Amino acid sequence: MKPKFGIVVFPGSNCDHDAYYSIKKVLGYEAEFLWHKEKDLKASDVIILPGGFSYGDYLRTGAIARFSPIMDSVYKFAENGGVVIGICNGFQILLEIGLLPGVMIKNESLKFVCKDVYLNIENKENIFTKSITQNILKIPVAHGDGNYFTDKETLKELETNNQILFRYSSPDGKISSEFNPNGSYMNIAGIMNKKKNVMGLMPHPERCCNPLLGDIDGSLIFRSVAQHFLN
Amino acid sequence: MFKATVIVKRRPKILDPQGKAVEQGAKLLGFNNVKQTRIGKYIEFFVDTTDKILAENEVREYCEKLLSNPIMEYFDYRLEEVK
Repeated sequence: MKPKFGIVVFPGSNCDHDAYYSIKKVLGYEAEFLWHKEKDLKASDVIILPGGFSYGDYLRTGAIARFSPIMDSVYKFAENGGVVIGICNGFQILLEIGLLPGVMIKNESLKFVCKDVYLNIENKENIFTKSITQNILKIPVAHGDGNYFTDKETLKELETNNQILFRYSSPDGKISSEFNPNGSYMNIAGIMNKKKNVMGLMPHPERCCNPLLGDIDGSLIFRSVAQHFLN
Repeated sequence: MFKATVIVKRRPKILDPQGKAVEQGAKLLGFNNVKQTRIGKYIEFFVDTTDKILAENEVREYCEKLLSNPIMEYFDYRLEEVK
């Protein structure tokens, strides 16, 4: 079965079309936009909360978007085991609504960071990275608030349950502060919930799917998710 | 009617890069005694009711659910009756 990706559009989303293009035109899966005021997920198999600046990042990133009507449906979908991917601002929304633990604070440098980074895949026992053969991905980040923070107990829980999915690393997988673009706790770039059906990551996989643009490591994540449905 | 004023502060252990940057500015201006600058939020609004308990509950809920994120912030509020 070809999976259908539902891409939520909030006021201020700006990576929604990139996600749609990569999933539908480049990778050939089904994709449909979901307006934030709707409640219907239109029989999507996977929900994507895309990057951008929903509600202008007012108050805190993702703080207002999480109260959009569609988020009630997304929350229930996730609670029932539905696959949800939050990219950048989408990750921030997942933190605010409590589907993932922790918060995002301003980058340590105070600067907006826009560059390619390397991610070490920490866990492959999940649908997001299961079919990826390589251990390191090169994917761009573009954010001002990507500094992941949580308390020590939550971090311990994340580690015990193998919920940390990606850490910023060197091209050969070395993890140190030198390769951390935003000061995030333990170099965390992406995490999952306990049940491993909800994933948030700061880098933008939808920006590196088309071979014409050079890098395609982002497509490996979408392919891995799709593989789960194709099997 | 009540007027509410809310202050949202970052918890002490949470890094405040903005406060740090502003303090660098203070040093450049020669304010050498300035220490530990922290930046928070000030929010004001009205609650249209005559019932103080109801107003207070609504303010607290608004702060807990939306105006602050308890993982990194805490809030103080003041409520005063206005005519």
